[in-house]
Amino acid sequence: LFYRYQDLAPQLVPLDYTSCPDVKVPYELIGSMPELKDNPFRQRIAQVFSEDGDGHMTLDNFLDMFSVMSEMAPRDLKAYYAFKIHDFNNDDYICAWDLEQTVTKLTRGELSTEEVSLICEKVLDEADGDHDGRLSLEDFQNMILRAPDFLSTFHIRI
Amino acid sequence: MSHQLKGRGEEGGGGMRGQARSGSLGTGDRSRRSPSMKRPHRAEEAPGRRRAQPGQKERAGGSPGSGSPPRKQAERRGRRELLGDRERGSAEKICRGRRKKDGRASLREQRAPSKREKEVRRKEEVWKQLKKHRSSSMASSTSSGESLSEEELARILEQVEDKKKLIASMRSKPWPMSRKLAELREAQEFLEKYEGALGKGKGKRLYAYRMLMAKKWVKFKRDFDNFKTQCIPWEMKIKDIESHFGSSVASYFIFLRWMYGVNLVLFGLIFGLVIIPEVLMGMPYGSIPRKTVPRAEEEKAMDFSVLWDFEGYMKYSALFYGYYNNQRTIGWLRYRLPMAYFMVGVSVFGYSLMIVIRSMASNNQGSTSEGDSDNFTFSFKMFTSWDYLIGNSETADNKYASITTSFKESIVDEQESSKEENVHLTRFLRVLANFLIICCLCGSGYLIYFVVKRSQEFSKMQNVSWYERNEVEIVMSLLGMFCPPLFETIATLENYHPRIGLKWQLGRIFALFLGNLYTFLLALMDDVQLKLSNEETIKNITHWTLFHYYNSSGWNESVPRPPLHPADVPRGSCWETAVGIEFMRLTVSDMLVTYITILLGDFLRACFVRFMNYCWCWDLEAGFPSYAEFDISGNVLGLIFNQGMIWMGSFYAPGLVGINVLRLLTSMYFQCWAVMSSNVPHERVFKASRSNNFYMGLLLLVLFLSLLPVAYTIMSLPPSFDCGPFSGKNRMYDVIQETVENDFPTFLGKIFAFLANPGLIIPAILLMFLAIYYLNSVSKSLSRANAQLRKKIQALREVEKSHKSVKSRATARDSEDTDKSNSKNDTQLTKEGTAHHSASQSQTLDQKAQGSGASSSAGKTVLPASQHLHVSRAPGVRPDSGQAQPQAHPWRSTSGKRAWRPPH
Repeated sequence: LFYRYQDLAPQLVPLDYTSCPDVKVPYELIGSMPELKDNPFRQRIAQVFSEDGDGHMTLDNFLDMFSVMSEMAPRDLKAYYAFKIHDFNNDDYICAWDLEQTVTKLTRGELSTEEVSLICEKVLDEADGDHDGRLSLEDFQNMILRAPDFLSTFHIRI
Repeated sequence: MSHQLKGRGEEGGGGMRGQARSGSLGTGDRSRRSPSMKRPHRAEEAPGRRRAQPGQKERAGGSPGSGSPPRKQAERRGRRELLGDRERGSAEKICRGRRKKDGRASLREQRAPSKREKEVRRKEEVWKQLKKHRSSSMASSTSSGESLSEEELARILEQVEDKKKLIASMRSKPWPMSRKLAELREAQEFLEKYEGALGKGKGKRLYAYRMLMAKKWVKFKRDFDNFKTQCIPWEMKIKDIESHFGSSVASYFIFLRWMYGVNLVLFGLIFGLVIIPEVLMGMPYGSIPRKTVPRAEEEKAMDFSVLWDFEGYMKYSALFYGYYNNQRTIGWLRYRLPMAYFMVGVSVFGYSLMIVIRSMASNNQGSTSEGDSDNFTFSFKMFTSWDYLIGNSETADNKYASITTSFKESIVDEQESSKEENVHLTRFLRVLANFLIICCLCGSGYLIYFVVKRSQEFSKMQNVSWYERNEVEIVMSLLGMFCPPLFETIATLENYHPRIGLKWQLGRIFALFLGNLYTFLLALMDDVQLKLSNEETIKNITHWTLFHYYNSSGWNESVPRPPLHPADVPRGSCWETAVGIEFMRLTVSDMLVTYITILLGDFLRACFVRFMNYCWCWDLEAGFPSYAEFDISGNVLGLIFNQGMIWMGSFYAPGLVGINVLRLLTSMYFQCWAVMSSNVPHERVFKASRSNNFYMGLLLLVLFLSLLPVAYTIMSLPPSFDCGPFSGKNRMYDVIQETVENDFPTFLGKIFAFLANPGLIIPAILLMFLAIYYLNSVSKSLSRANAQLRKKIQALREVEKSHKSVKSRATARDSEDTDKSNSKNDTQLTKEGTAHHSASQSQTLDQKAQGSGASSSAGKTVLPASQHLHVSRAPGVRPDSGQAQPQAHPWRSTSGKRAWRPPH
């Protein structure tokens, strides 16, 4: 995994990592990994796992990302990070705006605005356990852990 | 001191290992120990047990799935005497348990801190008690140094346990990597330092090795699965289509693929057991009359037009029934061909029935286990539809398209369910449409009847034109081509939801095809009866010819004339072959019509629309002709009826299945291409019903209907006297009797005769009916229980929610007094971080709910316990906030959420 990280920016990352230099790989390079480059959420993924939310990653962040995305990671952990990924404005709740963002990213904006808002409404209707108009982490986990193919789709093989 | 410690440690380790293996070893261990130590440990036993039980209970509550191993271990632990042993055992047990349940660990992990605290507290209590015992009984045997070392040991063990726990649960903590690393390093250092001292290095290595193997195994399984999916033929093609056209069109292709698999098996059966032995070991072509083209047809037998009609050489080949000889055994293997022919004919049906019913059953199972996911269609679509594995831009494009399609499908579904319309108008239109369609069906039935009658007249005439000969096939194909679109046009009047509309459409076309097929069959039957009546005369003629032939040579005994050339022997009409030829022709013409329809109707239309659009006065793509949609219902039914013909015909024409395999193969590629190149997705995209049991049900019906005529001919029509494997017998099934009589010992024959007795068959049938009735009622009650359980879960969730809101309100108020008045259970609850506990509880419940869906019986056994546990808590909460309960719902949405934040 380290070599993959190193391959991303060979001029930035030293081969010898024992001294723990403070190196960050910029988002442009992370996002162009073959595993991520077609993912509509790549920017969010990078932001969530980077330390200060700008998408630039250290080796630790990088390892972190793939440990969460690996097959061995437990369900709750995955759900937690999935929640963070879908929470576009980092306010610890998935609100309607976040949902709209998700839908647009998923469909590349091919749905009309009415359809998008209808979908968001439906999602809130279904998953919002406490009727406050947004999804908390708890709602999200409650919903996502029951999804049949969440575990099979939410991982990246490297 | 340190030496002592080590020694104790080693002894403890040995004892522990022995204990862990089996109980008997443990007793041996005990006897080895010095008798002086017995007394205090006996005394310790009581608190030890006391401790073991709450721990066990809690674990069972936390993770009921793994309830039994801890219980077992707890029992063992009760037997254990040495304190160090006990501590170590529990430590290791917890660690191992944690690792084993890695995926689940996180569930408990939320509660872990509080639990750990409690454990520590309990341990201290135990220590105090223990010390008391010690002080009373220490004087004689145990030295103070040893007790101190034990104390130290226990403390170290405790820490080791903690660290191990930390390591095990490290993965499931949402910390950044650096912190994880730091913690991990610290914990590991600690472990290494003290584990060595405690003498557990070897076990650790073994454990690591086992973990490694487990990981390898998991990886291997994953790779194997990937390999398996890659082996599925046309998977990519179908996925491609699915992404463009939605799941309903893909379901047709999946059905086609399944059909191809079934036909391959049938083909293997027939080819391997009938055709190959006959070709290899039977008499060669031209040796006997049934394998030779008659003299009158010889000069035209190789013409293409003749071959195309499956006459000439085709007729006298292994493709058809008539070619097979009635020799009992053939070749040096003494292969019993007639028997094999009969058994293969039967087993084709048997296998088809079995596989259809099995796939229906598996579809059913799949549909019941997914019943829960109805609540979250949109959410699932939104959050789990993207496959993070996709690393290919083309696939990603497809995925985007399919996600969009699926969203649209759901929206359509949703809108349909909430739409209100003018009921009377729709009802009138539907009645009208059904009336029109019944008219169409009657018309087509009459047309076929008319044509068949006419063709019987034609068949009596001598020289008929090509059209007149093939009139039946042509008319049937034309009807099959034009009626479905007509029905579809009529069906637009009805304005059903597309999915229901599809079913209606399928039912109508089914009726049409069924009528056509059965009129065709009746006509064939007439033909067969005619031929059968002719057969007697032909038989006589044959006898006379042979008689004359040999008689004429009779007065020249010295030079025996060569036997009559097989081509010159007059022979019967061999109705089985004639039927086989009819089915062959029908299959081929059906295939051609399908392909031509696709070419003309879809491809040319698409080309026309595409290229003429540049110079046309209106927009062709959007306006009238536009592109064709993929006609799912027509295609599915075509496939099903084709399969029905194969089933019917395969007994008379063993080669039919081979042709069908070819047909399915070509149509797979051809239709895939046609769909991708010249069709457009439905305007109203919709999802195929979850299980395609509807297709399967139709298939089963067709299978049954095609079984009937074949069974009729086998059971009640005499086979032709001079062709086929059963010639010379009275009925076809006589071959079984013959085999039983000649090849099995006599008592078996008696047993068979006894079994065929009606006195035995009728009770057997009755018994089967009773069994069906019983199983049916059992399944009904099970499904009812399932529904009730689901309802209960739903209600529990509601209770959970209100409970949560009440709790949060209680914490918001800081009302300590209510908490105090609660039962012990409840105080525990509050201590463990109110909402968190309940959240994890509900999660376990949900897991169980899924489990119960998959296997209702298992779910039933587990559920009541946890429900009981749960429900018993909920009432404990309710009274303390009596009047708050009713208004919990509206109130919860406003202030409750604000007041209470999830403590992360």
